[in-house]
Amino acid sequence: MSTNEMSKTLGPDGGGGALVVGWKANRWWIAGLIVLAVAPFLVYPIFLAKILCFALFAIAFNLLLGYVGLLSFGHAAFFGMAAYISGHVMKEWGVTPEVAILIATASMAVLGVVFGMIAIRRQGIYFAMVTLALSQMVYFLALQSEFTHGEDGIQGIPRGAFLGLVSLESSLSIYYFVAGVFVLGFLFVYRVIHSPFGQVLKSVRENEARATSLGYDTDRYKLLAFTLSATLAGLAGATKVLVFQLASLTDVTWQMSGEVVLMTLLGGVGTILGPVVGAGIVVSMHNLLAEIGSVTTIVQGLIFILCVLVFRRGVVGEVSAWLRRRRSTKKHPRAG
Amino acid sequence: MMEILGIPAPVFLGQLLLGAINGAFYAVLSLGLALIFGLLNLINFAHGTFYMLGAFVSWLGLRYLGIDYWTSLVVAPLAVALFGIVIERTMLKRLYDLDHLYGLLLTFGLALVIEGVFRQLHGASGQPYAIPSALSGGVNLGFMYLPVYRAWVILASLVMCLVTWLIIERTKLGALLRAATENPDLVRAFGVNVSLMITVVFGFGAALAAFAGVLAAPIYSVNPIMGANLIIVVFAVVVIGGMGSIMGAILSGFLLGLVEGLTKVYWPEASSVVAFMVMAVVLMVKPAGLFGRNA
Amino acid sequence: MTRESLLVLRDLQTWYGESHILHGVSLDVAEGEVVTLLGRNGAGKTTTLKSIMGLARHRRGSVAFGGQETVHLSPNRIARMGIAFCPEERGIFSSLNVRENLTLPPVIRDGGMSLDEVYDLFPILLERGGSVGTKLSGGEQQMLAIARILRTGAKFLLLDEPTEGLAPVIVEQIGRIINVLKERGYTILLVEQNFRFASTVADRHYVVEHGRIVDEVSGNAVSSNREKLEAYLGV
Repeated sequence: MSTNEMSKTLGPDGGGGALVVGWKANRWWIAGLIVLAVAPFLVYPIFLAKILCFALFAIAFNLLLGYVGLLSFGHAAFFGMAAYISGHVMKEWGVTPEVAILIATASMAVLGVVFGMIAIRRQGIYFAMVTLALSQMVYFLALQSEFTHGEDGIQGIPRGAFLGLVSLESSLSIYYFVAGVFVLGFLFVYRVIHSPFGQVLKSVRENEARATSLGYDTDRYKLLAFTLSATLAGLAGATKVLVFQLASLTDVTWQMSGEVVLMTLLGGVGTILGPVVGAGIVVSMHNLLAEIGSVTTIVQGLIFILCVLVFRRGVVGEVSAWLRRRRSTKKHPRAG
Repeated sequence: MMEILGIPAPVFLGQLLLGAINGAFYAVLSLGLALIFGLLNLINFAHGTFYMLGAFVSWLGLRYLGIDYWTSLVVAPLAVALFGIVIERTMLKRLYDLDHLYGLLLTFGLALVIEGVFRQLHGASGQPYAIPSALSGGVNLGFMYLPVYRAWVILASLVMCLVTWLIIERTKLGALLRAATENPDLVRAFGVNVSLMITVVFGFGAALAAFAGVLAAPIYSVNPIMGANLIIVVFAVVVIGGMGSIMGAILSGFLLGLVEGLTKVYWPEASSVVAFMVMAVVLMVKPAGLFGRNA
Repeated sequence: MTRESLLVLRDLQTWYGESHILHGVSLDVAEGEVVTLLGRNGAGKTTTLKSIMGLARHRRGSVAFGGQETVHLSPNRIARMGIAFCPEERGIFSSLNVRENLTLPPVIRDGGMSLDEVYDLFPILLERGGSVGTKLSGGEQQMLAIARILRTGAKFLLLDEPTEGLAPVIVEQIGRIINVLKERGYTILLVEQNFRFASTVADRHYVVEHGRIVDEVSGNAVSSNREKLEAYLGV
């Protein structure tokens, strides 16, 4: 099957070269960092930390869908399992948060290799079903194993102290910790996308047969991309546990896998900022609709349908398309 | 007491029977999924929802309109087919020229909406549906007790699968369907309205799922999420069987049900994941699936 | 032209996605005629057939069949007007056996051949009836692809390179079949790269280049125009 349609939704960051240089390009990065730094004084920091965790999760997912054209319907497995592992080692072994995150993230790299090797045996549309089935296996394992505490989940996880020195117990300190992790993850994905490796991924997405004929072992590239994506999803899950001090079944369900798909689709598939915007909208929506039972699910479903039928570029995709149109009419004013 | 492979015979056969029943549902559902996939290139995430709708329509019908089980067995699939047809005509139709992933995402959204609506209206707890009197009770076979309704479910599913298979493999209509699955444009160029065929097949697939739902209503409680968890196992079944083959979908459905039943006997903790483990093994050994022609 | 045109193309333009393939094809085919489209690979011959059939959806201009405009119609509607199509890749279905392949296209009007007549013309198909369609040899598959559209009652046939990749004996056989069909009153628009073959069956030839008709040669003038045609076809 072709993934060209998805590639058409590529935003302005899709094609770029090396890391941007100069003030004119850097001003966006600086503005972003300032927003991250100031935001917790304007909005409830835990809410922001939640958004950042999900944004990182969605960025990880988008690395696979947006840049390789593979739709994983099982990314909750990595997100949720990392949460359990990180929570477990924090609570039972008493390690510091950064060690817990490292252990959990590394475990998801291993799980990513295993699942990736199974899932890339099938192309395109099958890939979604295989990843969904594999993640359902993880869900049942989480339901039945002892260390996850089944339906109860791991509760009362301490936030600990960063490097054993800086306590993360206050809302502000945990927020800045999460923001730090998010920025690192974001930069990492940005570099990957704009590296030669990222270029190969894009050529696999556009035309796998051609990439193969050019001598690329596309399966290896796909496996590596899948593993990176799983690892980052794990990083997001492990970090999220610190914020909420709880690891529960919710994070390993297929609904959670669906949610990250929604965030990416709504924000803009294949754009670097799309997943962040999508995560912001979906998390805010959850907070607004939390009171009214199944309404969240219904609204999510409706957004899915709308996105697919009329809004395939997502918020960021639409905005950047609009900006490009405006810029080109400025450059080439109509002859009159 | 007689034993089979170290297990008391009634226990062993009882689990095997449960496995066969699950297998029957897997088979009917994966058959519809494979049919739809063949012609529409669509993985229908809402297939489990159609199954749930089948069960719910018959429960609502009995409760509010007094429609009995036997009438439901015909009416509920028809109603769900009609619903599926409306979905196909109004939404799916717009996506055929796009990446196939969009169809999956759309049906996922539909599943969320429909299940959410039913949960809002009826809550998440199950509603009981009585076994029709003609099928209640059981027969003592000497080595085990066989509830009549369970035997009926297996029989009805088998017949439904075989009839569908015969239509596809042995009739003119089936030949058109197979041809359109291979090369829809050429079949159009022969003067066949393939778009209409697509609509009908989607409706029929939905009806099959709803039929399974009606059969399931007296066994499991009727609840809004009954299809969501089932459909993921059915996806695994379909990957195991290979989407290309109708018989493959049917056989792997029954086979996987039996494997699950056996796992319940020997390793109960693994019974809920055995389907996925089998899928992983099949993918490593034979990526195209047991009956598939190619990936 | 003495007879009335059955098919009239005027300024037909066709796109595949972004690429513009046909840049205004105009041609006429009269009832009972056998006409070929000659040209190199990628000249737009197949696209012309697919545009007539409606299989190339993005098209503009005029395609009138029997006086009725069809450029906005879907392939199944066009087929029902009495046009039948035999694709270059033959399109034999691998999940159908020979008999099923043969009887697959629905009969759209009276006047088609009966199954017996088809078997008379293609005895090999009766012999191989039960085997899987794609297990046949290339020549047999081509026979099957032509045979199956003769039953439908369509009297206007679009044949896309029926001789491609076939042994000379088979090519000869196909030539005979086309002549039989012509005697029976079929009208045929044929795509060919092999103009020696084309000259044995066709009344007229159009030369297609870069999505346009660049020349027209009548059947009996082929030998006198040999050099020119060879230059067009690059042989």
